[in-house]
Formats: sequence, structure tokens, C-alpha cells
Amino acid sequence: MDYFNFLAFGVYPYLAGSVFLIGSWIRFDREQYGWTSSSSQLLSSSGLRLSSNLFHIGIIGIFFGHLFGLLSPYALWQTISLSSLGKQNIAMYGGGFLGILCLIGGGMLWWRRVTNPRIRAAGRGSDLFILSWLLITLMLGLGTTFATAQHAAHGSADTMMAMAQWAKSIVLFGPKPELVAETELIFRLHLIFGMTVFLLFPFTRLVHIWSAPIGYLGRAYQIVRTNRATAH
Amino acid sequence: MKVRAQFAFVFNLDKCIGCHTCSVTCKNTWTNRKGVEYVWFNNVESKPGIGYPKQWENQEKWKGGWTLTNGKLELKSGGRISKMLNIFANPDMPEIDDYYEPFTYNYAHLQNAPLSEAAPTARPLSMISGDPMEKITWGPNWEDDLAGEYSKRGQDKNMDNIQKEMYGQFENTFNLYLPRICNHCLNPACVAACPSGSLYKREEDGIVLADQDKCRGWRFCMSACPYKKVFYNWESGKAEKCIGCYPRVESGMPTVCSESCVGRIRYNGIMLYDADRIEELASTKNDEDLYEAQCNIFLDPNDPEVIAAARAEGINDDWIQAAQKSPIYKMAIDWKIAFPLHPEFRTLPMVWYVPPLSPVQSQIDQGNLPVGPDGAIPEAGTLRTPMKYLANLFTAGKEEPVLSAMNRLIAMRSYQRSVHVEGVADTRPLEAAGMTEEQAKEMYRYLAIANYEDRFVIPTGHAEERMDDAYGFQGQNGFTFGNNSSSGINKVSLFPRRRKETPESAELAPPADKKS
Repeated sequence: MDYFNFLAFGVYPYLAGSVFLIGSWIRFDREQYGWTSSSSQLLSSSGLRLSSNLFHIGIIGIFFGHLFGLLSPYALWQTISLSSLGKQNIAMYGGGFLGILCLIGGGMLWWRRVTNPRIRAAGRGSDLFILSWLLITLMLGLGTTFATAQHAAHGSADTMMAMAQWAKSIVLFGPKPELVAETELIFRLHLIFGMTVFLLFPFTRLVHIWSAPIGYLGRAYQIVRTNRATAH
Repeated sequence: MKVRAQFAFVFNLDKCIGCHTCSVTCKNTWTNRKGVEYVWFNNVESKPGIGYPKQWENQEKWKGGWTLTNGKLELKSGGRISKMLNIFANPDMPEIDDYYEPFTYNYAHLQNAPLSEAAPTARPLSMISGDPMEKITWGPNWEDDLAGEYSKRGQDKNMDNIQKEMYGQFENTFNLYLPRICNHCLNPACVAACPSGSLYKREEDGIVLADQDKCRGWRFCMSACPYKKVFYNWESGKAEKCIGCYPRVESGMPTVCSESCVGRIRYNGIMLYDADRIEELASTKNDEDLYEAQCNIFLDPNDPEVIAAARAEGINDDWIQAAQKSPIYKMAIDWKIAFPLHPEFRTLPMVWYVPPLSPVQSQIDQGNLPVGPDGAIPEAGTLRTPMKYLANLFTAGKEEPVLSAMNRLIAMRSYQRSVHVEGVADTRPLEAAGMTEEQAKEMYRYLAIANYEDRFVIPTGHAEERMDDAYGFQGQNGFTFGNNSSSGINKVSLFPRRRKETPESAELAPPADKKS
């Protein structure tokens, strides 16, 4: 294994992860005023119901798909008698479907951001940059499904298994970069672009993901804040 | 009984001349920044008209406010789960063109243009994109003084159940001004709709604020507010709304819109109400009963039981005294001449309005109108503005309370006319309207003279009681946006900064001492 692979798949995950966590923390602590979804719906609403929903549903599905697919223990699938090939098929078709949803929605959002004069003027450079980066990562990810289809045709799920093992090795702090060093280039590019999303995360509008308002479901409607020092 | 104090308003529409001083002072104070060029925390609409944003009163279109589903109070736009499902694209949100595209003019071109046959023109520029605009088709007050075609203005929601064709004829037109700010509701729909819990009501004075740090730009407040008085700052990506001028109010000063009102139509004061009854009264079954229901939430500030309960809640004595002297209480409860705007939205709004009498002198002179016993002042039902229109604005269509208020206002005038013109006090109109002479004199003082100290009864905020360390507070810079009081020593930041540049700077006029 060469030095580049060691750096990219043994060190970079920790670098990106650290910046992701510490950067988010610092921004949350110091820059609340800038912490927002930065919605541009006010300036142009048409088509947003389709594009924004496709993009968000797709990307949230993909995120949890990766999270569960890569990190769930192998024993779990065995208990529901799911073979590694079966799981690979789920990843391929499920991921492919969500990826296409996300690509259509994201493509529409990208086009809107480039062509709509109001959005172009009001948006920040970082908005277009991170959207483009996500779309490239997404397309690389969709590209890997073709490579995976080849593997599946040969009855092999080894690459997928190696990816999952590598991911587990990273989160358990025993990095095994050699597991992915030999995979096809497109897998490795997808990994590098994907990890970079985490690196860029704290400096872009992506931080709004941390603020997904789940708590709203259980909250009382009215909020009254008291400023009185004397409690009663 | 849970007593709370509310900072409340009355606007006396009878004296509003539509000069927009309130709007301009408010704009210059609070919304002259990038991202909120289109925002008017205070605006004055000419009615009938569709208003700002377009058709804001039409909740079939915008789904603002509350509704009763199976007898239970629910946001008209849907509950918590529907909010979560629509969070990626709000289906009920107005677009900027529903307000208007903010514009400036390329004034510098007037100075920069080369010598030419025709005078140079300053073209309009969009304040969002900076691009020239072909034609300005809508503005913050496009319908001023009944401008535009009646077919468009007639789409005003308050024209429901009115033979509106009739009022399109020149002889029958009517016009009134409706100044609007945030209503600082007792049952605010914006607060309820905010997924991140950023909007809140202040316990001590009831002012509704949008926490600029906690807002995440989910935008449901904008669509949930039936008055469309929560706005989205497209630069910061945060919700902004009328702050009730709280830094002024806390120091005992009226809001800037109220202070600057040249017609002296605005009253600021304290109301005590029972917070335990909010849900019950906002859930009143018939829309038409909501005005009376809201009257029932207010507590008599002279009732010893209320005073004891208010003290138990930690309300200071000067606040209780202010509530006793409140001009709002007098007009809304004692005299019953002020009404909430659209009580059928069920938010229990706290900006109330005295309905306008309409000028009809020439009609009287021609003998076209029936007049009261004094032979000079017309009867309430015969005024130019249809009673149904006012009732649609203020009492969800119920005409009796508005008619009764108009009769009182007219009786007060008729009595004062007898005193000042005839020289003999004629109390017959007062008796007919069920008023005493004392009351008529006091109403005259509050409505016609409108002394500063009668209009504004504002206790101070008692910041000293709320501070853990008053000495430590000294020397701080107070009101500020976000974190810009400590932006570091380096101008470069990896995190996004607030952008302040305006489109006007694109072309600069030459300096005065330089000839081009």
C-alpha cells in the first residue's frame, strides 16, 4: 500500500471528521447568527416543491443508507438471513433509486442557482460550491453502482464487504486503509469526495442539518420566555 | 387565574390621514438593511384594497392563523407533522413579488451621463439582483388613495357579502387607511409554527420576538402569521418581525411609529389578561363571537382580586397602576369603541382599532342623508363606508358592536357640538347611546385632544430586577446583530459574514469638486 492510500484512507477520515465536529462546535458556539438553512424560497418559489423535496428526500435516504449499510454489524443481516449479495442488491437498487431522485432534484436546484438572476445575486459562492460538490460526489456514487453491478454479475460482494469493514475500522479507531486501497478508482474517488463533504460542512449552509427540528414534534405550541430574575 | 401584562396598542382610524410617517420612521429605524429592503414592519394600506402582501387577509389562499378542527384549535396550515413534511418547500409561503421587488434608481447616471439632446433618466434597479428593471409593477403602497382599477382593489377579502359592484361607482366609493404592525398576539400562530422554537412571547410585556440566534430559516412563521407580519431576511436567512420597539418601550418611551404619528392616532398601554383562558377563548365556536370572547380575557385592573393575583405573578405595582390608567382599557373595554383586527384568525391580536367615521359633509348639505337630532351629524348606519365592511375587518362580520361604537363616537361629537356651537349642553344623544357626560368629556379628551401623557402610559421595563450583575452590564455595547461585537482581529473568516453592500454602489457619482 502506497503512501497516498495511507494518507487518504487512514489519516484523512480523521482529519475530515475532526474538522466536521470541532468546526461545527465552534461555529455553533460563536456564529449562531449565521447558522441557518439559508432558504431562498422567498426569492423564487416556482418548482421548489419538486426539486427541493426530491433533493432532500434523496440525500437523507442516501445518508441513512450509508450509515446503516456501512456500520451495521454483519451478524444482524445473518439473523434475517440476508446474504451479502442480497444486501449488495439492496444497496445498489435502493441507493441507485434514491441517488437518481437526489440527482434530479439537485440538478434542478443547481440549474436554478446558476440561471435565476435573483438567486444568483443573493446566494453566496459557498452555496453553489457545496451544491456542486455534493452533486459530483453523488455522481461518483452513482458511478460506483455500475462497478458494483459488474461485481454482482460475477457473484461477488467483496468490495462492498471491504468498504463496510473499512468504515467500521475507521469509527473504531483501528484504521485499515489497505481494505480499500485496491478497489477501483471510482470507489476511492467517491470516498475522498464524500469525506471532503464532512471537511467542508462547518463552513457552509450544511450546518442546518444539525438543527433538524425533531423536537418540534413534542413541543407545546406556545413559548413564553421570562426575563424576570425572581422565580415564582 | 394567571395574570399577565401585555403591551398593547389602539389606532384611531378616524384620525389617520395616511401620511406614512409611521412607516417611514419605522423603516429608517429597523429595516433599512440589506435583505429586508422589502420589509415594512409598519405599513399603511388604503382600503378597500388587497394590501401588503397581496391578498394577505385571504386565508383560503395563505392558510394563516388558526382554525377549529373537530372543535380543537389547530394551525390552519396544519399541525406539527404536516410542518415537518413540508419543511423542504413551504407550500403556503408568499414570494417576494407578493410583497414587491424592492427597487432604487440609478441616480448616479444623472450626473455621469455625457452631454446629450434629451435629459438623462435614472432607471429603476432591483435591490436584490442590482439589474435594471423594465417596469415597476407593484410597490409597498401601490393602491395608495384608491389607485388602480376597482376590479383589482375589489378583490379585497373584506368585500365578502357586500354588493361590491355598487361601491365601484364613483359616487359610492369609500376609502379608509389601515396602518398595520405586528399584533403581538396573545395566541400567536407564528410562535406555534416555528419548528426551532425561535419565536417567543415575552412574559413581562407580551412582545413577540424572533430570536435571531435560534432561527434556522424554516419559514413557517411567515406563512402561519395571518397578518403576514413576519418576514424573511434573504441576506441573513432569518425571520425578522416588528420588535414592538422594545428597547424604547423598556425605557418608558412609545414605539417609534406611535411617537412619530402626526395625527396622534396611536395609543400605547398595558392590559392585564388571564393567560389560563387563552386556549379556551381562542377556541370559541363561532367566528362572530370571537370579538366578545377576546374582551372576556382581559382583567379589570381595579379589581382587588386581580391586583393580588398580579402581584403574586411578580408584576410590579407601577405596571398595575399603568394598567389602571391604560388608554387601551378605556377604549376597548370601558367605552367599547376599539376592535381587534380580524378576530376570526383566532390569534387574539393586541393592536385594536377605533373604526373611522367617513366624511360625508357634502352629502348632508345636499340633504341626501338622514341626520340625528342636532340636524348636523349623520346617523351611524348611513355613513359612506358600509358597516358590513368594517364588521368584516373588526368583528368577523357582526355589525352590532361596530354600529354601537359608531353611535358612541357620533354621540360624543354631537354633545361637543352642542357645547361649542350652540353653547348649551345637549345630553340627548348621549342618553340615546347610553353614555354619561363625564364619559363623553373623557372620550373627547382622549380622542380629539389626545395628549401625549394620555396616549402613552408605559411603565419602564425594570431591567435592574432582571440583571444578575448590573455592574457587569456597564460598558457593554447593547443591541447588536449576531456576533459582530467580537468579530476577531482578522477580517477573514472561514464562516459566512454578514454582507452589507447595496446595489447603488455599482455606479458612483463623481465627487462634487471634480468636473467630468
